[in-house]
Amino acid sequence: MKILVCISKAPDTTSKIAFTDGGSKFDENGVQYIVNPYDEWYALVRALELKEAGGGNVTILSVGGADYEPIIRKALAIGADDAVRIDAAESDSLYVAKQIAAYAKNQAFDIIFFGKETINYNGSIVPGMVAELLDLPFVSLAMKLNLTGNMATIEREVAGGEEILEVATPFVVSAAKGMAEQRIPNMRGIMAARTKPLTVVPAATADASTAVKNYSLPPAKSGCKYIDAENAGSLIQLLHEEAKAI
Amino acid sequence: MSVLIYAENHNGKFPKSALEAVSYGADVAAMLGNEAIALTCGTIAGDGGLGNAGATKVLTAAVNGTSDSQQMSKLVLAAAAQTGANVIIFSHDVAGKMIAPRVAARLDAGLVPGATALPSADFVVRKNVFSGKAIAEVAMLTANKVITVLPNSLGVKNTGNTAAIEAFTADLGATRITVKEVKTDNKDGEIPLPEAELVVSAGRGMKGPEHWGPIEELAKILGATTACSRPVSDIGWRPHHEHVGQTGVTIRPNLYIAVGISGAIQHLAGVNGSKTIVVINKDPEAPFFKAADYGIVGDAFEVLPKIIEAAKAFKAAH
Repeated sequence: MKILVCISKAPDTTSKIAFTDGGSKFDENGVQYIVNPYDEWYALVRALELKEAGGGNVTILSVGGADYEPIIRKALAIGADDAVRIDAAESDSLYVAKQIAAYAKNQAFDIIFFGKETINYNGSIVPGMVAELLDLPFVSLAMKLNLTGNMATIEREVAGGEEILEVATPFVVSAAKGMAEQRIPNMRGIMAARTKPLTVVPAATADASTAVKNYSLPPAKSGCKYIDAENAGSLIQLLHEEAKAI
Repeated sequence: MSVLIYAENHNGKFPKSALEAVSYGADVAAMLGNEAIALTCGTIAGDGGLGNAGATKVLTAAVNGTSDSQQMSKLVLAAAAQTGANVIIFSHDVAGKMIAPRVAARLDAGLVPGATALPSADFVVRKNVFSGKAIAEVAMLTANKVITVLPNSLGVKNTGNTAAIEAFTADLGATRITVKEVKTDNKDGEIPLPEAELVVSAGRGMKGPEHWGPIEELAKILGATTACSRPVSDIGWRPHHEHVGQTGVTIRPNLYIAVGISGAIQHLAGVNGSKTIVVINKDPEAPFFKAADYGIVGDAFEVLPKIIEAAKAFKAAH
């Protein structure tokens, strides 16, 4: 089984979100980057489990600059075999999808894994775009994935519930919670990751389809109004008259 | 030229999120001087209310909505070709996340996922980023444009109009995906979490699944949907689909009542779009109070009966 896991970097959940240059740029000062949690905890770990059960190879793919390498090494430390970095600025979703598709097109991957969305852009759209560009089936928001030969049984989120479906490889899947449990890399993995192959490939030619013009912070909450526990019932009146929430 | 809106119905009924997408599409069409045409699958009664939400025409495709993103994107692309649509709108729901990216890639169109405001005249669209901790203004640079609309962000129109209905057919090709089983675990009549306007949520502070009675009772009185924190769904006290937070469902209801949830940053990321947040916790230092509009420091088992009582009286009077 030849598996590709696409990973993105994301600011650590506890990072302070601020912007510079008149709101045009994310302020990276003091920001710690991590592997986007959906990509790491669910997509990568499930890919590794499939490899451990049935053999094969797990390749990591990122689209980004040299500053991506620490998080690629982290994914290798967790257990991926090798990695590819497409040396392109990570701009808009379609551009990134075109980069991934251009690389994957002639590689005959059986499964292309993504996390369901990044925690910084919250788009949930690159996986479907890659599937379309490669003319592959796409299963979104998958919570469980099992393989028998080349046939995958996938449980995924649908409106108001779940459905179980079958799809033969090759396909593209985006992973949500439930797919696997987070793995912490051990020292042996971290040491081994240093020498695993990381290939840098040049960007394919593609135009940007969208561009972020400006960032801003949501208006701050005016502060919490405390209600005495003894008088908790007055909450309902406040919610009706003041907050107009009920 | 037209604006095409894909509106998903569930057994013939359109959820609020679909009506919001149609209303959004109608506003975009008005801005461009175009027609707003909705596309839906299966049989609906009349225009299903889509005319009232702003559509002038509804294309009904004589196919059931499938779970194959490729077939669904073929359907939408065929409708876009027939109606000359260069702007295509979806809800940012399960169907939208599945179909919209394929449609955008095929049309070489920019896609803004989860729009929270109408586009400006030069198609700059607002969306939430950093899990709701910031807002981005995204410029769309392509001739064809695809937008998915974040549920509970914009209102539904009430035009009083009725849309013309037109049967639509398209060749969807063969499917490569076989559905084996569909499980719906929502309780009868309960509004699914992503669409819910009122949510009552609880966490580990409830001390055990057997203590959920007051949470469910309060939700029932208010007509709210129940939710829970991640630890509670992880240990199996509550079903997984109730888990709101960074790795669970992201919601933005009008009212979010959190009981016995400390407010870890991962939980806040899933609920910080809520318009009014009420936090009930016995720990005055719980970080959730910083994000709250109303706070009650106290034991949930003493506080909840008082709120339930007041809610009952309120509902009886209104």
